[in-house]
Amino acid sequence: MAELLSLREAVERFVHDGDTVALEGFTHLIPTAASHELIRQGKKDLTLVRMTPDLVYDLLIGAGCAKRLVFSWGGNPGVGSLHRLRDAVEKDWPHALEIEEHSHADLANSYVAGASGLPFAVLRAYAGSDLPKVNPLIKSVTCPFTGEVLAAVPSVRPDVTVIHAQKADRKGNVLLWGILGVQKEAALAAKRCIVTVEEIVDDLQAPMNACVLPTWALTAVCLVPGGAHPSYAHGYYERDNRFYQAWDPIARDREAFTAWIDEYIRGTEDFAAFQQKLASKHHAEAK
Amino acid sequence: MSDYSTNEMMTVAAARRLKNGSVCFVGIGLPSKAANLARLTSSPDVVLIYESGPIGAKPTVLPLSIGDGELAETADTVVPTGEIFRYWLQGGRIDVGFLGAAQVDKFGNINTTVIGDYHKPKVRLPGAGGAPEIAGSAKSVLIILKQSHRTFVDKLAFVTSVGFGEGGDHRQRLGLPGKGPVGIITDLCIMEPEAGSNEFIVTSLHPGVTREQVVEATGWAIRFADQVGVTQAPQAHELEALRALEARTAAAHGQAGGEE
Repeated sequence: MAELLSLREAVERFVHDGDTVALEGFTHLIPTAASHELIRQGKKDLTLVRMTPDLVYDLLIGAGCAKRLVFSWGGNPGVGSLHRLRDAVEKDWPHALEIEEHSHADLANSYVAGASGLPFAVLRAYAGSDLPKVNPLIKSVTCPFTGEVLAAVPSVRPDVTVIHAQKADRKGNVLLWGILGVQKEAALAAKRCIVTVEEIVDDLQAPMNACVLPTWALTAVCLVPGGAHPSYAHGYYERDNRFYQAWDPIARDREAFTAWIDEYIRGTEDFAAFQQKLASKHHAEAK
Repeated sequence: MSDYSTNEMMTVAAARRLKNGSVCFVGIGLPSKAANLARLTSSPDVVLIYESGPIGAKPTVLPLSIGDGELAETADTVVPTGEIFRYWLQGGRIDVGFLGAAQVDKFGNINTTVIGDYHKPKVRLPGAGGAPEIAGSAKSVLIILKQSHRTFVDKLAFVTSVGFGEGGDHRQRLGLPGKGPVGIITDLCIMEPEAGSNEFIVTSLHPGVTREQVVEATGWAIRFADQVGVTQAPQAHELEALRALEARTAAAHGQAGGEE
């Protein structure tokens, strides 16, 4: 049974320094609030797994929480580069970052294998690509039936997965809908799973084949309304494209970035306080 | 209507390549813009699949990210990302993979990973995303990319996604199921693979573009087909549909989309 906890308590209890952590959500339902809490609590030496690092890992990398990054597409969608990721890879700032790079199909399959309790995933991939030359974990396997040579990649088995979802009920069953990405697979592949949700309701009223994660498959459920901003939560709020654009100049400059996380993340008690601070800044600018 | 930009010519020329009724796996940015223009003009029944999970997306404004809510809301169905790659792409159900690139070489191989050495990169690019398996498994591939000597290079720093590899029958020898890139559409011209060598050569110049311009903007010794055509200029209805799409997108997002 999942415990209903504050995000602070869930991160304190279930994320440890040195853990392999997957914050998943494919453009939609990105668990931003959880990335902030990891920074507030100064978690370090994390191996971060995520198909699209997005702003959440740009933050964690720039804040010095990451030792290693496992990913498949590292840009700021619709804007350009993730500057903290690039600065770490190109200039070792704030320290060197090991990278383990895959393709989307590979990582998606690796999560499926992890959720299935298998040691590796098999897929038709990478023939002729240079990626296996720079990632020794991409190997091949010969089909025992046809002789076809296929790619073999290790399954993803995070210590902790964090996802964001629309709803939970009071027992901790979770419902999500819209673009599902690899959230279900990432949740089931992990030893522990924390879910932040927009709201907690008496009855999920989930359609029969809806994507429901049962409470007994989860570790903690935390109420964090707006916790996916600046990504979106279908049915609740839209993607804040302007924030993604505004992130570019902040992340481009080391001092601007550090000042930003000192003020907005380390300088706030929790995500609700962060949201208030951000809103009052926007309010002041609008005047 | 003769007043159009080279970018509009590129998008229109790319859109025309997408046959009505075909199933297209769409990359974000320029491919998404061209694929949606096709859907709004010549190919109303094209099926657009995005890697985030929407199948049969019919967005009224261009998505800024590969997983915008607009794609989910207008789709026939939305499936998990793993399923997109496993059942729909690897399962052999994609007619056309529509890709952009940071760099392309004469055999239609694509780099979206690094400029310079991988371990000490001059520029770290976003990386592979869905492209390597789209390039491998889609029955055919279209590439759309603005042309310059920095983007059309003799030697890629990194082969992220394979076109024809080292040329000739190398792609077949690699065992890739799809037939590979069938066209590269730029703001200057259309290139297609030469029979046998599978080296990309210019088969059509956009109106007003000279051979010298194309040579200047290509990092390898680009060759021209025996018969080089002239691309039909954008027609009034194509430009109207494209401009309306861009205007709707700008109104919705505060930016035009598809310019990466």
